[in-house]
Amino acid sequence: MAHTAKKKDYFPYLLLVPATLVMVAIVAYPLFETFRLSFTNTSMSPKYEYVGLANYEKIMSRRFPEVIARTFYWMGLSVALKMLIGTLGAVLLNAMVPGRALFRILVMPPWVIPIAIGVFIWGWMYNGQFGMLSGMAQRLGILSGPFEFLAYKNSAFMATIVTDVWIGVPMVTLYLLAAMQSISKDLYEAAWVDGASRFYRFRRITLPLIFPSIATMALLSAIATFNSFDIIWILTEGGPRGATTTMIIDTYKTAISRFKYGEGAARTVMIVLFLGSFTFIYFVLLSRLAKRSPNNAA
Amino acid sequence: MLHKYRWYEYVLIYCGVAVFLTFVLAPFVEAFVVSLRPLSGLFSIPYKFITDEMSFEAYFSMWKNVPLLWRYMLNSFFIATVVTVLGLICIIPAAYAFARFEFPARNSLLGVFIAVNMFSGAVLIIPLFKLMQQYGLLNTYFAMIAPGTAFVIPTGIWLLRSYLVRIPKELEEAAWVDGAGKIYTLVRVIIPVALPGIVVVTITAFITAYAQQFIYALTFNSVNELNPLPVGLFQFFGRQSVVWNELMAASLVGILPVLFVYVFLQRYIVAGLTAGAVKE
Repeated sequence: MAHTAKKKDYFPYLLLVPATLVMVAIVAYPLFETFRLSFTNTSMSPKYEYVGLANYEKIMSRRFPEVIARTFYWMGLSVALKMLIGTLGAVLLNAMVPGRALFRILVMPPWVIPIAIGVFIWGWMYNGQFGMLSGMAQRLGILSGPFEFLAYKNSAFMATIVTDVWIGVPMVTLYLLAAMQSISKDLYEAAWVDGASRFYRFRRITLPLIFPSIATMALLSAIATFNSFDIIWILTEGGPRGATTTMIIDTYKTAISRFKYGEGAARTVMIVLFLGSFTFIYFVLLSRLAKRSPNNAA
Repeated sequence: MLHKYRWYEYVLIYCGVAVFLTFVLAPFVEAFVVSLRPLSGLFSIPYKFITDEMSFEAYFSMWKNVPLLWRYMLNSFFIATVVTVLGLICIIPAAYAFARFEFPARNSLLGVFIAVNMFSGAVLIIPLFKLMQQYGLLNTYFAMIAPGTAFVIPTGIWLLRSYLVRIPKELEEAAWVDGAGKIYTLVRVIIPVALPGIVVVTITAFITAYAQQFIYALTFNSVNELNPLPVGLFQFFGRQSVVWNELMAASLVGILPVLFVYVFLQRYIVAGLTAGAVKE
C-alpha cells in the first residue's frame, strides 16, 4: 500500500480513538472494577474493605456449584435444540420449491423484535388457565386439566429453554442457509451425474461443507445463551425454587436485588472465565478454519 | 433435473416448512388473536382459538389504561436512534482503520474488539451500576444509551470492515494524488462509496439497540417517564391481574417499527446479520 510506506503514521490510531474510548469506559474499566470488587465486601454504603478470597470461598461452598451445573445443562440443551432445529430449518428453506423466498422472510421475526416483548407473548402462552399451550393440550387430550407451565421446576426449566430456542433459531437457520448457498453447484451436479441420491449428496457434500459453520454457530449460540437474562427474568425470575436460576440470574439477584456487589462481582468473575474460555475456543476454531481454506479466510 | 422433486418430496418439504413456521410464527398469531378478544372472552374455559365479539377495542383502550404508552414507544425509538448514531461515529473510522491501514498489532486489536461480543450487558451490570451511581447518572437516558452503544460497536466494525476491504484502493490513491487530506478522503470518497455497507450496519445496529434495552432500563432507571417499551410493559406483565388483550396489543404496536424496517429492508438485514457464514 502506498501510504504505509511513511514511517510513523498515527492516522489509523486516530481513527480508532472513538471506538476505543467507548470500549475502555463501558467494557474494559468496568471489567477491571469487577475483578477488584470481587475481593471486597462492598455493598450499598460507599465504605468497604478488602476481604481477600472470602467471596470466592463463600460461593464455592454454597449452592453456587449447583448453579454452574444448571447453567451448563440449560445452555447445552438450548444450544443442541437450536442447532438441530436450525439445521433442519435451513435444509427445508434451501429446497428449490415455490414460495421459498417468502418462507425465508417469515423465519426472521422472533430475532428482530425486542426479546422482552417476545417473552411477554410466551408468558401468556404458558398461562395454565387460559394460555394457548395448556388449552390446546387439553383439547387434544394430552392434558386432563389446566397446567401452569411456569409453576413447576421441570416444566419451568423446559419452558424457558423453548422460548430461548424460539428466539435463537432464526439466526441459526439463516446463517446455515447462507453457508449452504455458498456451496458450489458444480459439486452437486457432479454427484448427481454420478447417480448419487439426494440424501447421499446431503450427507457427503452439504454436511461436511457446512460443518465449520455449524461449529461456529454452536459456539456463538453458546455464548449468547450463557448470557441470556431477559427470558428467564421475565418468565420466572429464576424460580420456581431456583429451578431456572442460571449464573447470570444468580449474579443479578445477589448484586442488584440484594445489594451484595462484592459477592456478585466474584460470581461475575466466574462468568467471565467461562465466557473467556468459550471465546478462546472460538478463536482457535476460526484460525484452524482459516488455515484449512486460505482463500476464504476473512 | 437436479432440483426436480417427486410429489412425495414436495409433500414432505411443505409439511416440514409448515411445522417449522408454525413454531416460529404461532406466538405472533396468538398475540394478535388475544389482542382482538374482549377480556371476558380471554378467560373462557375451555380454550378457544376464535371467540365471538372480536374487535380492535384494546388498541384504543390501551392508550387510556397505560397512560405513558406513547412515551415508552418514543423512548425506545429515541434510545435506539442515539445508540445507532453514536455507534456509527465509532464504527466507521475504526472499520476504515482495520480495513485499509497496516499498523502493529492490527489483527490482535481487531480480535480484542470482536472478543467484546462475548459479553452481554448482564455481565458488566455491577460495576456499571456503581459507576453510574457514583457519577449521578442513574435514571437518565445516558445510563441506558451508553452500554447499548458499546455492544453494537464490535459487530459493526466487523461487518463494515469486510465491506470496506472490497473497495478498490485506487479510489483513495486517486484522491491523494489530487492532494486530498486523509479525513477529507474518508468523508468525501470512502463513505459515499461504502454507503450500502453503512446502511447494513445502521440497520443491524438499530435493530440490536431496539431489541436489547431491557436489562439496562430495568437496572439503571426507575423514572417511569424515561422507560423504554419493554420495561414500561413489564410493570403491567408482573401484576396479579394482567390485562392481556391490551398488553398484547401494545406489544404488537411496539414491534411494528422493527417489523416495518424488516419487511422493506430484509435483504440487507439477512446479508448483514449472517455475514461471515461464507467468509469464515
